[in-house]
Parts: sequence; C-alpha cells; structure tokens
Amino acid sequence: MADIPHPHGARPRPLSPHLQIYKWSVTMATSITHRITGGALYIGLVFIAWWLVAASMGPETYEPFLTAAANPIGQIILFGFTWAAAYHLFNGIRHLAWDLGYGFLPKDAMWSGIVVIALSIIAAVGMFVWAYSVRMGAPA
Amino acid sequence: MRSQTPLQRVQGLGAAHSGTQHFWRERITAVALIPLTIWFGFAALALVGAREVDVLTFFQHPWNAGLMGLFIITLLVHSVIGMQSVIDDYVQQPGLKVLALLLNRGFAWLMGAICLVSLLRIVS
Repeated sequence: MADIPHPHGARPRPLSPHLQIYKWSVTMATSITHRITGGALYIGLVFIAWWLVAASMGPETYEPFLTAAANPIGQIILFGFTWAAAYHLFNGIRHLAWDLGYGFLPKDAMWSGIVVIALSIIAAVGMFVWAYSVRMGAPA
Repeated sequence: MRSQTPLQRVQGLGAAHSGTQHFWRERITAVALIPLTIWFGFAALALVGAREVDVLTFFQHPWNAGLMGLFIITLLVHSVIGMQSVIDDYVQQPGLKVLALLLNRGFAWLMGAICLVSLLRIVS
C-alpha cells in the first residue's frame, strides 16, 4: 500500500491502521494464537496418524515410535502439541460463548482471555507432571 | 427427489453459492470435540510409555475404538473447515487458492484413510 504513487509534491495519503500500528491487547493475542494453534494442530494430525500406524504394525514398529517420543526433541514437540490442544480447546469454548452472545464487554473478553491462557498452561504442565511422576516412575 | 423448489434451495445462499453450512459445521464439530478431546487427553495419559500390546488392548475395548473413530472423523472435518478459512483469508491468487483448497481436502482424506485403516487393523 505504501508504494501507491502520488502526484509529485502531494502529501502522501493516510493509510488505514495496520497490524504494526495497534498496541497489542489480550484479545488480539488470544485471537491470533487461536489460529496459530489451530494450524499447528492440523500438522499434529500427522503425529496421530503416525502413532496409530506404528501401533497397528506390531511391536517392532512401535518401539521406534516410543523411542522418538521419549527423546528430548520428541518431548518438546509433544509438550507443544499438548499446550496447543489445551489452548485451542479452552479458547474454543470462549469462542462458543461469544457465539451465544456472552462475554463481549472489553473487560470480560480480556479476563476470559487471561483465564484461557492460564488454564492452558496449567493443563499442559499438569499433564506432563502427571505423566513424568506417575507413569514414568520418575521423581515428581 | 428433492421436495424443495429451485428458489427455496438457493434462497439465502448469496453470491458465494453456499450459505452458513461451514459456520454451522465448524461449531457443531467444535462442540463435539470438547468431550472427545478431553477423552483423548485421558487416553493419551493412560498410554504414555505403554507397550504396543497395551495400546492394542486399550483400543480393543469397543468404547475406546468407537470414541477414537469419532474423534478422528470429527477432528478431520473441523480441521478442514479451519484450514479452509485460513486459506480463504491469506491466499489471494485464484489458481493458488484452488490448489491449496484441493490439497487441504486431499490431506484430510489421506489422514482419515490412514488413521481409520490403522484403527481397524488394531481392533481386528
């Protein structure tokens, strides 16, 4: 838009406010994060497919899957998907509430966004703490 | 045979030749995915580090097999609609847009086939 030519000497026409102009708000951040986590979870479908294929093909195929999942990079990716799923789930419920007409006041939209962020982190960290302490038998 | 008149069928569809089906389907699948995702979260936790035989035993329970099948199908329908709105928003060039929309559909059918065939192999 900035490249649109204007007559020599004329004052450049004002541009409509764009992404860089606005001060970031909770509602802006939660909105774009909903889309980004949705896109990430789309890729996550490949991992669900990988898991089911590996399990269906017998122990020899399932072992390498378990090794890959237990490796630090695998754990980081799994934590990322866990948090993304938790966030998209909680923020999706927030969106459904909006669809029903609730929570539109700026103040409400802001605190519900903060609640969603907090809940998603608590859920993802909680699941990993539980998995490490109970399932793996590692010190909690 | 359709019992609707041609006019009744196109009313409310507008210039895009489709109405609010996407909007509704996205929300219906979203509501269905609330309990299904929570179930999947617990299932995943129950199977962390489990051996292959434990995974098979888990899915051979009819409830778990059925819920996993429903989860996959609902998730894929929701994912296709979500990705389609992202493509509609960001891909401007018409040819590229059609290609992206086709790849989106193709990806979902492929993932659906792989997941459901694997699930059937596990339960059989």
